[in-house]
Amino acid sequence: MSGSHDKDLQSASARLLKQSHSRWYEWLFWAVALSLFVIFGDFIPGVPTRLMLLTEIVTLALLALSIDLVLGFAGIVTLGQGAYFGLGAYVAALLAKGGAGTFPMSDPVIGLLIAGLVTGVFGFVTSFLVLRGSDLTRLMVTLGVALILSELANQMRWLTGGADGLNGVMPSAVLGIWEFDLWGRVAYLYSLAVLFICFWLSRRIVNSPFGLSLKAIKNNPLRARAIGVPVNARLVAIYTIAAALAGIAGALLAQTTQSASPDMIAFHRSADGLLILVFGGAGYLYGGLIGAAAFRVMQDVIGNITLQYWQFWLGAVLVALVIFVRNGIIGMMVAGWARLRKGDGQ
Amino acid sequence: MLTILFDGVAYGMLLFVLGIGLCVTLGLMNFINLAHGAFAMAGGYLTIVLMNRYGISYYWGLPAAFVFSAALGAILERTLYVHLYNKSHLDQTLFSIGLVFMSMAIVDYFMGANQQTINLPPALDGRINVLGASVGIFRIFTIVICGLLTIALQFIIAKTRFGSRLRAAVDDGRVARGLGINVTTIFALTFAFGSGLAGLGGALSIGIISIDPTFPLKYMIYFLIVISVGGTTTITGPFYASLLLGVADVAGKYYVPEIGGFIIYTIMVAVLILRPQGLFTKGATR
Amino acid sequence: MRNRILSGLAAGAFALAAVPALAQEVVKVGLILPMTGQQASTGRQLEAGAKAFLAQRGNMVAGKRVEIVVKDDQGVADISKRLAQELVVNDKVAFLGGFGLTPIAMAVGPVATQAKVPAIIMTAATSAVVPQSPFFVRAGRTMPQMTFPIADWAAKNGIKSAVTLVSDYAPGIDAEKFFKQRFEEAGGKVLDSLRAPLASPEFSPFLQKAKDLKPDALFLFVPSGQGATLMKQVIDRDFAGSKIRVIATGDVTDDDLLNDMGDSVLGMITSHDYSADHNSPENKAFVEIFRKVNNNMRPNMMAVAAFDGMELIFRSLEATKGDTNGQKLVDAMRGLKWMSPRGPMEIDAQTREAIPPMYIRKVERKNGELYNVEFQDAGSIKDPTHTHTK
Repeated sequence: MSGSHDKDLQSASARLLKQSHSRWYEWLFWAVALSLFVIFGDFIPGVPTRLMLLTEIVTLALLALSIDLVLGFAGIVTLGQGAYFGLGAYVAALLAKGGAGTFPMSDPVIGLLIAGLVTGVFGFVTSFLVLRGSDLTRLMVTLGVALILSELANQMRWLTGGADGLNGVMPSAVLGIWEFDLWGRVAYLYSLAVLFICFWLSRRIVNSPFGLSLKAIKNNPLRARAIGVPVNARLVAIYTIAAALAGIAGALLAQTTQSASPDMIAFHRSADGLLILVFGGAGYLYGGLIGAAAFRVMQDVIGNITLQYWQFWLGAVLVALVIFVRNGIIGMMVAGWARLRKGDGQ
Repeated sequence: MLTILFDGVAYGMLLFVLGIGLCVTLGLMNFINLAHGAFAMAGGYLTIVLMNRYGISYYWGLPAAFVFSAALGAILERTLYVHLYNKSHLDQTLFSIGLVFMSMAIVDYFMGANQQTINLPPALDGRINVLGASVGIFRIFTIVICGLLTIALQFIIAKTRFGSRLRAAVDDGRVARGLGINVTTIFALTFAFGSGLAGLGGALSIGIISIDPTFPLKYMIYFLIVISVGGTTTITGPFYASLLLGVADVAGKYYVPEIGGFIIYTIMVAVLILRPQGLFTKGATR
Repeated sequence: MRNRILSGLAAGAFALAAVPALAQEVVKVGLILPMTGQQASTGRQLEAGAKAFLAQRGNMVAGKRVEIVVKDDQGVADISKRLAQELVVNDKVAFLGGFGLTPIAMAVGPVATQAKVPAIIMTAATSAVVPQSPFFVRAGRTMPQMTFPIADWAAKNGIKSAVTLVSDYAPGIDAEKFFKQRFEEAGGKVLDSLRAPLASPEFSPFLQKAKDLKPDALFLFVPSGQGATLMKQVIDRDFAGSKIRVIATGDVTDDDLLNDMGDSVLGMITSHDYSADHNSPENKAFVEIFRKVNNNMRPNMMAVAAFDGMELIFRSLEATKGDTNGQKLVDAMRGLKWMSPRGPMEIDAQTREAIPPMYIRKVERKNGELYNVEFQDAGSIKDPTHTHTK
C-alpha cells in the first residue's frame, strides 16, 4: 500500500509529462468518432441513419466522463450525477423555450454555457455535502440530492411542466448557421464537438499537478492532508467542475431532443452513468466514452433481437464482465495489450 | 392520531424487513449487493404462485419464501458471488445490477409484466380496534413478525457460537481461518440467510403492496435509505431507522401533504450529513 | 416475431436497401411502446391489441400490405423521440403510434410535424397533447372524458361530498381538476384533494385522511397498472364500514389486474369507455381473437385503443386508396365513425380527438371471474377542454 503511494509521488513529474502527450490511438479514437458521421449520416445508400443514437451516446459519454472525474480520479462514489444532468437539461430547455427559436436566448452554445454555469454553482453548493463519510454515505447523500431535485421538478409545475415535461423547446441554429435536422446530422457534429472540448479540458485537468493531487487524495486522504494537500478545497473544485460537465451533457440532450421531462433528472440517469463508466473502466477518461458506446449499441442490437427480454442479456454481459476482467472494457483491452507485448518479447 | 402512528410503525416495519437482509450482507460481509431486491421479489412471486395456483395458505407461503430465496441465495453465492468478495465495491455494484437486470427479465418471461397480488387469509384481513384506534390486522401481524425477527437476529449474532464465528470471519478472515473457522461455509450460510430474509420480506410486503418485475429497482432506493440511515454495524440501527422513517413519512404525508414526497429523502440527507456513519451506530469509527 | 426480426435486420448496420418495387407495396406502422420498465404491462397490451387487429382483418388494405415495427422506448421520452426519428428516416414508416405517457407524446410531436407522418396516440390521456402537432390523432381517450361521467353519476346518486385522491402527476391532477369542476357544478362538494407521490407504495396516510374527513365518497385515480396496490390498501382501510363509497375512473379496476383483486372490490363503481365484458358482437369477436393470439390474456383499455388505432390506420388508407401522404391520411381520419369493441367511436373532425362512448360500471363476478359490468350508458362526450379548431 505505502510502496505504491511513494512510487506515485516519485514518478509524478515524469508521468505528468508523459501522460500529457497524446497517443496515436487517441487520434484514432476521435477519427473513428468523426467517420461515423459519414457512415451513418444517410450519405451512403442502404446504410441506415443512426446519428440520433450516436448523439445519445455522446451525451451519455459526457455524463460518464463527468462521473469519471469525481469517481475515477478523486474517489468520490456518486449516484447523484443525474441531478446536475437534469438541471442542465431543464436550464437549456427553458432558455430555448423562452427564446422561442431566436438569438440570443435560444442560441444552443449560449444555452450550454449558461447550463454549465448554473449546474456548476449548484455543484459547488452541494459539494460540501460529500466531503465526509464512507462510500455508502456519499452514495446515499448524492442520491438523496438527486431524488429531492427530481421531486422538485415534478412539483414546480409552473416552471418545469411537471410530469408532462416541457414542450416547444426550440433551440435556434448552431452558431446561427446550422439548424437541427431530422437526420440528426447537426445534432451529432455539435454534440461531438462539445464532447471533444470537454474531454480535452478534462484531460488537461487530470494531467496537471491538480489532477495528481486528486489521485493522492483518492489513494489516501489522510496522507494527502499530511503532506499539505488542501483536501477539501480540491474535492470541492473537482466536484464543481464535474457538475458543470454533467449539466452541459444534460443541456446537449435537451437541445438535441428538443424536450425536457422528469426522466432526464430521474434516478436511472445517475445509475446509467455510473454503470456505463464502470462498464467501460473508471479512471482512464476514455472509459465513459467507450462504455457509453458499447452499452448503448449492445442495448440496441439485443433490443432488436428480443424486444422484451434484452435486459436479461445485458445483465448477463455485465455479470460476466465483472467476473472475468478487471476495470471494465478498457481494463480488458489493457490486459490484452500487455499479454500481446509479452508474447512479442519472448 | 394513534392510527397514523400505527400505520407509520407498520410501514417502517415493512421497510425494515425488506432492508434487513441487505444489512446482513453489507454490514456483516461488506458486500454491496444491489440485487437484494431480486431475492425479495423471488420470495414474493413464490408466495403468489403457491397461493394463486396451488391454493396453499399464506402461512405456509412465508416460510416457503424464506427457504426458496435462501436456497437461491446459496446457489448464487457458490456459483457467482464467491468470485466477487475480493473485488472493489464498484465491481460489486456493476455485478449486482447485472443480476437485477437478469432477474427482471426472467420474472417478466415467466410471470408477465403486470402487477400481481394475493388475497390475504380472512384471519389477517380486516381491522380491529386497539385503544380506540382502528388498525389493520395485517399491519399488526407485520409488526409482530418484524419484532420477533429483530430479537432473534440480535440473539444469533451476539450470543450464539455461529454469531461469534461470523463476527470473527468478518473482522479478519485470515486469522479466523487460522483458528479453524470455516470462513467459506460461514459466508455462504450468512449470505443464504440474508437472501432468505429478503424473500420473507418480499412475501410479507405483498400483503400491503402488489408486485411486478420492476420490484428490485423500484424498491432499491428504500432498502438503501434504511441501511444508510440506520448504519450497517448493528441490527437494531436499521430497526430504529425504519421506525423513524416510517412514522415520519406517514405522519408527514398526513399532516403536511404538500411536502410529502420530500420527507423521506430530506431525513436521509440530513442524517447522513450530521452522522455520516448512520444514526444508530456504536462507536462511529470505521 | 417475424416483424421483429425484420425490424432487427433493418436496424442492423449492414442492412441492404429495400427493393423500391417492394417498398411501394408495404406500408409500415411504427409503434413506439414501453416494453420494459414500469410501464411494460401497458406496452404489452398495446402490442397485443395491434396483433389482434391484424389477425382479425388480415394485413392487406387498398392493395398494400401493412407491417408493424415495434420499438421499446422503456417509457423514456428522449429515447422515444430518437426512435421516432429512426423509424421515419430509416424504416420510412407511414404512421407512428403508441406513446405510453404524455411527455413521450410531447417529445414525438415535433418529429411527426417535421416529417408529416400521422401519429396515433393510444395511451397518453392528457388533453394538451393533440394540439401539439397537426399530425396527432387520438385513438384512446382523454382525462375529462373519463372523469365527467363518474362525477355526474356521483351527483345523481345521493353523494353530496367527496374527497379526491390521485397520483401526483399531470394526468392525476387533470382527473382531480375535472372531477371537482363537474361534481361541484352539479351541487356536490369536494372536501379535500389529496395527491400521493407517484413512486410511493404507501397510500395509508392519504387514505386515513380521506376516511377522517367522512365524505360520502372517495374518488380515486392512479395510472393504469398501479391499481392493484392502491385497491389493496383501500380495502384494508375498510371504507364500506364507514359508509364511504369508493368510486374511480376505470384505470383503477384495469381489466389486466381486476381478477386478482379479490371479492373485496365487488360492487365498486367506475367510469370508462372499455370493459372486456362489454356486450356487443364486435367486442365478443375482439376478445376472442385477442385471447387466441395472445396466450389467453384479457384485453384492457390499452388493447382496445391499439385495436382502434389500427382501425383508423386501415380506414384512412382505404379512403386515400393507399396514398401515404401524411396530410391526406390525417384528413381522411377526421370525422371517421365506426363500431369499435367499445361501442360507437368517432374522431372529432375539428380537434382530431377521439369521442369514445362512456359507461358507468360495477365490479361483479361473472363465470368465476371479476369484470367491470356496464350498467349505465353515459353517452359520448367531446373533450371539453379544446378551444383550437384545426
